[in-house]
Amino acid sequence: MHIPYLPHTDDDIRQMLEVVGVSSLAGLFSDIPAAIRYKGPVKLPRGSSEAEIRKELTLLALQNKNTDSYINFLGGGSYDHYIPAVVRELVRRSEFYTSYTPYQAEISQGILQIFFEYQTMICELTRMDVSNASMYDGATALAEAVLLAVNTRGRKKVLICGALDPQNIQVLNTYTRNLDVSIENVPFLDGTVDLSILKEKCGEDTACVLVQQPNFFGCLEDMQEIEKLTHAAGAVFVVSVDPLSLGLLMPPGDYNADIVVGEGQGLGNELNFGGPLLGFFAAKKELVRRMPGRIIGETVDKAGRRAFTLTLQTREQHIRREKATSNICSNEALCAVMATIYLAWLGKEGIREVSSQCASKARFAAGLITKNPDFRLKFSSPFFKEFVIESRISAEKINKALPAGGILNLLDLGRFYPGLKNCLLVCVTEKRTKEEIEQLAEVLGKVPKWN
Amino acid sequence: MELIFEKTREGRKAYTLPENIKGGAVDIPDKFLRRNLTNLPEVSELQLVRHYTALSKRNIGVDSNFYPLGSCTMKYNPKINEDIAALPGFTKIHPFQNEEDIQGALKIMYEFEGLLKELSGMEEVALQPAAGAHGELTGLFIAQAYHRSKGRKPGKVIVPDTSHGTNPSSAHLAGYHVVTVRSKDGNIDLDDLKAHLNEDTAVLMLTNPNTLGLFEKDIETISKLAHAAGALLYMDGANFNAIMGITRPGDFGVDIMHFNLHKTFAAPHGGGGPGSGPVGVKAFLKDFLPVPVVRKNDGQYSLDYNLPLTIGKVKAFYGNFNVILKSYVYLRMLGKEGVRKVSEMAVLNANYMKELLKKHYNLPYPSVCKHEFVLSLNTFKENGIGALDIAKRLLDYGYHPPTIYFPLIVEEAFMIEPTETEDKETLDAFIEVLIKIKEEAEQDPQLIKEAPLNTVVKRLDEVTAARNPVLKYEKKR
Amino acid sequence: MFPAELKYTKSHEYVKTEGNNATLGVSQFAVEQVKDIVFIELPRVGQELKAGAPFGSLESVKAVFELVSPVSGKVTAVNEKINTSPEMISKSPYGEGWMVKLEMSSPGELNGLMNNLDYQKYTEDGGSH
Repeated sequence: MHIPYLPHTDDDIRQMLEVVGVSSLAGLFSDIPAAIRYKGPVKLPRGSSEAEIRKELTLLALQNKNTDSYINFLGGGSYDHYIPAVVRELVRRSEFYTSYTPYQAEISQGILQIFFEYQTMICELTRMDVSNASMYDGATALAEAVLLAVNTRGRKKVLICGALDPQNIQVLNTYTRNLDVSIENVPFLDGTVDLSILKEKCGEDTACVLVQQPNFFGCLEDMQEIEKLTHAAGAVFVVSVDPLSLGLLMPPGDYNADIVVGEGQGLGNELNFGGPLLGFFAAKKELVRRMPGRIIGETVDKAGRRAFTLTLQTREQHIRREKATSNICSNEALCAVMATIYLAWLGKEGIREVSSQCASKARFAAGLITKNPDFRLKFSSPFFKEFVIESRISAEKINKALPAGGILNLLDLGRFYPGLKNCLLVCVTEKRTKEEIEQLAEVLGKVPKWN
Repeated sequence: MELIFEKTREGRKAYTLPENIKGGAVDIPDKFLRRNLTNLPEVSELQLVRHYTALSKRNIGVDSNFYPLGSCTMKYNPKINEDIAALPGFTKIHPFQNEEDIQGALKIMYEFEGLLKELSGMEEVALQPAAGAHGELTGLFIAQAYHRSKGRKPGKVIVPDTSHGTNPSSAHLAGYHVVTVRSKDGNIDLDDLKAHLNEDTAVLMLTNPNTLGLFEKDIETISKLAHAAGALLYMDGANFNAIMGITRPGDFGVDIMHFNLHKTFAAPHGGGGPGSGPVGVKAFLKDFLPVPVVRKNDGQYSLDYNLPLTIGKVKAFYGNFNVILKSYVYLRMLGKEGVRKVSEMAVLNANYMKELLKKHYNLPYPSVCKHEFVLSLNTFKENGIGALDIAKRLLDYGYHPPTIYFPLIVEEAFMIEPTETEDKETLDAFIEVLIKIKEEAEQDPQLIKEAPLNTVVKRLDEVTAARNPVLKYEKKR
Repeated sequence: MFPAELKYTKSHEYVKTEGNNATLGVSQFAVEQVKDIVFIELPRVGQELKAGAPFGSLESVKAVFELVSPVSGKVTAVNEKINTSPEMISKSPYGEGWMVKLEMSSPGELNGLMNNLDYQKYTEDGGSH
């Protein structure tokens, strides 16, 4: 069978071997000791044709319940927002997706300009001074923010406010386990951080305070209070935000955040089963030379024309090596391009409307679901697009019943919080319609009838 | 060209959104609300499409130009990968769905791990890391956990002087201090290595073939030395394209390695990402893998979080699934006959170019190379020309230049990696151009120093960009 | 020619002393090596420096040069102007382009440094150790 993507004819190979001066291909590998040479073909399946593999994988794809056919109320760090057709169309252009990192600026002005627009949009959403051109995801962006804070303040304690995304906490623990850093969690009270305990714990030994807005339960934290406590102790105020909330909610720059990170997947990127994602990282300008990741800057060329280039590269691994601020090399570039196109499509009015719709549809859903006495709103704090319902029926039963009713399971918070048994996280984005929400309430209402 | 913000006209809109629901009034207290507008662009959909289409024309990709970037493996990105990766059954699935509802996705992850294990001789694979550097960090965390489980805390990581910058920076991020050993005649200097290896060495990180494009012939000795000192052997898999089906890292003593799916495994580079950097380990390290691990029992796939000694998570969810999917399709298309042929052709292409170019350019390491080789462009010094200038002139001829100034041990380094997907005519044309540029450099050095001349912008003022960074658009008042 | 009243290190920093006070900077040789200076990272006032330990860095677009302190002491002043006008370092490395002033804790350390003639020879030999 023909092996695809290899253009060499037997003639080509013969001619080339002659030029190289070896009699056969084996001669090219004579420097590999015989003892370690692999004998025989590797034990992979035989090569497939396009038609065969396409058929096989289409069937495999059909085995997955997807959000086109099932209604999705899942959130918890991966969000189902509407992605306009323009995003997919434009990002399919091979000049974008088959291009390399734009180290050769003269031939990469296209994508460099997009990254510059992306950085601008992130700063506009968050009202921060500077942004980089992406991190792997919100979780690693948060971990890198903590490393930055710890290194600048020279202090060791990191305080996590209440309901921060549990996966983010796990990643942070992994990143800091071997460093001289202590991570402490401040418990939540009625869904948001217990400010009195935060006040007690926040002191001169605190490098940074981390808070997520909205938090993992969808609840809104008192950012002004937390900011006051954090800065009074001379600590760095690190905030992780939902970018889709910033059309409605106060941006962290306005409440004096020092570093802002978050998960940007909801900006024009598919769910993709959790990857690739899009971490964003923005900060006050004093921190720019300590920020991780690639950064694009504006300059001029020799003819005085405006142009864009990778800049502040001396922070990065290819120059600083073991002294680099971070080891990040490849980032989530194409995902950032998608986010940029998405945000340009939404525009000034669109972002406001998406945010409002998320909030009002979530409220409608919360109201409708809790009409059923088997369900109550777990927390009384105001929320954005996610909320927690406590159920008298087991989460397991509910999650078995929902798909049969055309709805994907909900996130069982009991898996992350032992104290929150039978509590489910409901996420309502602008994609959800009145009918879909009514269907959710209806299916939930029928669960006790299932055996 | 204007920025999208400069095309804004107040009141213009591109978006459409469904009607909001009445009866869901937003009752969020004032103090949480935004008091100003977000100055995102206001453009029509056509303006938007023209803008980004125009920008695409100010960019190039493998689909349009030859990209012989050493160390990056800019091979062709097959379109069937893109096609399958766009299926809603793969893009529109949420990571928190019931396991029984996403069996197709879990199966792909499980099988892909199996393919990587077979190719590399590693015994367990974790797909979580988002990029090569992330894989390195993950691998180092695993090594750390391993040593800790033995009651040891060695604090040092050794890297060769040819290593990619991510190697020492990952080591530093993991909390290690880094020691560099010299290379001699293109390979790791065994004497220098012996002098530095001791019980304080946690990991020896190397690349094989190395970044000079040469196979570390003494790898078995190196592996024995590292293990005798109690260290683990880590391999940076960036150069795996040279040895598939020919030799396996697991067979030459590697304990931990990472793969770059956006290099060897044909996932597109995307302008810098997303990548994917799965990590392979030997069985004795399996307890430390990041969670969750994909398991298969009785034909059912599941996510196992129950690894008491796990290093935890290095990323949210399970890894860059959509990238992994593309590489999975790629390996299935190549199959058992294809993978070896890929490496053979990659190595043939590189050696062919090397033989033809060595007559005209300085080749510091003339022995048979693997999938890439390094020239030293220090022969143009008296004309005041270096690798950068030659690279810039290549842009005028429509090529993305090779990698420059890496590895650090070669003066005016110029690293060429053609990859196996390029035909002989493309290689011949590129070689001809390089020979022509050499003549230009000798006869008209000023031309080279001014290059590029035919691109949309000329050389940039990088000094001002770094001194006074302007990192976002701000409307002039 | 390097100024006679100064002492020099192998990594091209100089020290000017006035009693117990020292002024640190980089020599003309260093300036020529770095070419376009983009950013200078300096210590804070009050910071303790140690002889032989890094106290900051000099950055060009593509490279970083660590600044190593010739003597130990406490930083009393830092030249705030050189980051807005890095050309002061290239034009006048021993004058306006000074970097750090400190109060020496062990003036004896000066004896381990090169004088201008030894430094001249050192730079002629290549200037790297």
